[in-house]
Amino acid sequence: MAPPSSRRSGFSKKAQYSLFTGYLLAGACALLGLGLLVLSLWQPAAFAPVRGLATDVVAPAGQVAATTRSGSQGVLASIAGYFGAGRQNAELRREVEIARIRLAEAEAVKAENRRLKSLLGLNEGITKPVAVARLVGSTATSGRRLAYISAGASDGVLPGMPVLSERGVIGRVLETGRSSARVLLLTDSESVLPVRRATDNVIAFAEGRGDGLLRIRLVNLGVNPLKVGDTMVTSGAGGYYRSGVAVAVIDTITPDGGIARLVAEPGATNYVAVEPIAQAAAIETLEAAERPAPAPSPSPSRKPVASSSASVPLETVD
Amino acid sequence: MERLDPRARSDMYGRRINRAPSPWRARSLPYVTIMLGSLLPTLLIADLMPLSPPFGLLMLLGWRMVRPGLLPLWAGAPLGAFDDLFSGQPFGSAILLWSLAMIAIEMIETRFPWRGFWQDWFTGSVIALVYWIVSLLVSGARLTPELLAVALPQALLSVLLYPIVARLVSGLDRFRLARARKID
Repeated sequence: MAPPSSRRSGFSKKAQYSLFTGYLLAGACALLGLGLLVLSLWQPAAFAPVRGLATDVVAPAGQVAATTRSGSQGVLASIAGYFGAGRQNAELRREVEIARIRLAEAEAVKAENRRLKSLLGLNEGITKPVAVARLVGSTATSGRRLAYISAGASDGVLPGMPVLSERGVIGRVLETGRSSARVLLLTDSESVLPVRRATDNVIAFAEGRGDGLLRIRLVNLGVNPLKVGDTMVTSGAGGYYRSGVAVAVIDTITPDGGIARLVAEPGATNYVAVEPIAQAAAIETLEAAERPAPAPSPSPSRKPVASSSASVPLETVD
Repeated sequence: MERLDPRARSDMYGRRINRAPSPWRARSLPYVTIMLGSLLPTLLIADLMPLSPPFGLLMLLGWRMVRPGLLPLWAGAPLGAFDDLFSGQPFGSAILLWSLAMIAIEMIETRFPWRGFWQDWFTGSVIALVYWIVSLLVSGARLTPELLAVALPQALLSVLLYPIVARLVSGLDRFRLARARKID
């Protein structure tokens, strides 16, 4: 197919100029895009308010999609349940018996724990989630692994807060809008999380590999003590996560640690809880030490930062 | 006349007498469908790896190839800005890459004015593949071999989807120009 003859400029000066202006505008837009790209690679948070505004608008549609998704998961699961129900029944019965024994053991440990804690004079802090939200979407085309949740600054969600499901860690909040937030998932290749083995104090870093698995890198190199099937939990170092939340299970052993699978896969999760930063005071001091100018506020209680997202002017590009 | 053949006074866009296409629909449909293409992948939960091909870019390529001259040369920039808000890429990457894609198609069209479906598919595929690798490079994520391996299906899908997107766009184009407005 030849292009329509109306698009050929010929000898018409007007057509020639409009063609030239088109090229000029497109080239200028490309240059503008390059500038914005460099700016946002240099300052990743620069466009967070605009993105927050945009996600707030789309989040309701994501809610509908999430409802459909969880509904269809239930249907598939119940169809799959009809197959092999008898075998599963026997297996479950055996598992329940074992679980009862373990529960009794756990009760004993809990009692002992309580006794020891009362000896030490520690009080048990129960972390109450800041917000419970749905996962409404994710960046499915990009190489980054970010998800959107349906709670934002108006619910008290702040950047840095850990996001957990009932099974374990999902990720942490990266940017907030008014009623939605972006979450950096553990599988993102920029995500690093301090972990330890659940049974003892072998500490390591869990880094996203970008392909859905985590690379566990031991801090103390030497003989690799990890075994396949070990559960890694958050160590609480760094102060963002409370310690002892399940993260991943070791799948393969490597010389410097292992490759682990996620315990809590966001795709199989309907609701997530956003928890307050575990040691907000420690974080505050750390960040204050990094930037010397402002004095750290003594009580780093939750204060909404929504005003900053509203005051930045929305910039349009065309 | 119409008793003999009910379609005698109509064509593929509907009845011809005293009907005209709706101007709003004719102007806005390309932009709306490309923006919907940008939004669609965000509704998927892709927790482990990049799953879906860049539907926004594919729709842009589709409209540009199927209807040359409908989108202005600079249309890649505003549509790319919209895509950047949701795609998870750093802001500006789609503005740059979509603008470059539009310029590239324009130049290819000037060089090879007589083109057909196969050449369109080839051009679209090359652009989609270049977009795929460059957007991975500028995404801000470390480009590990593992990430590249799991993103490969995305590239394959975006090449294979072009014919389907082109059919979709031509269907949408019929809807766009359907004579919906009645002139009294």
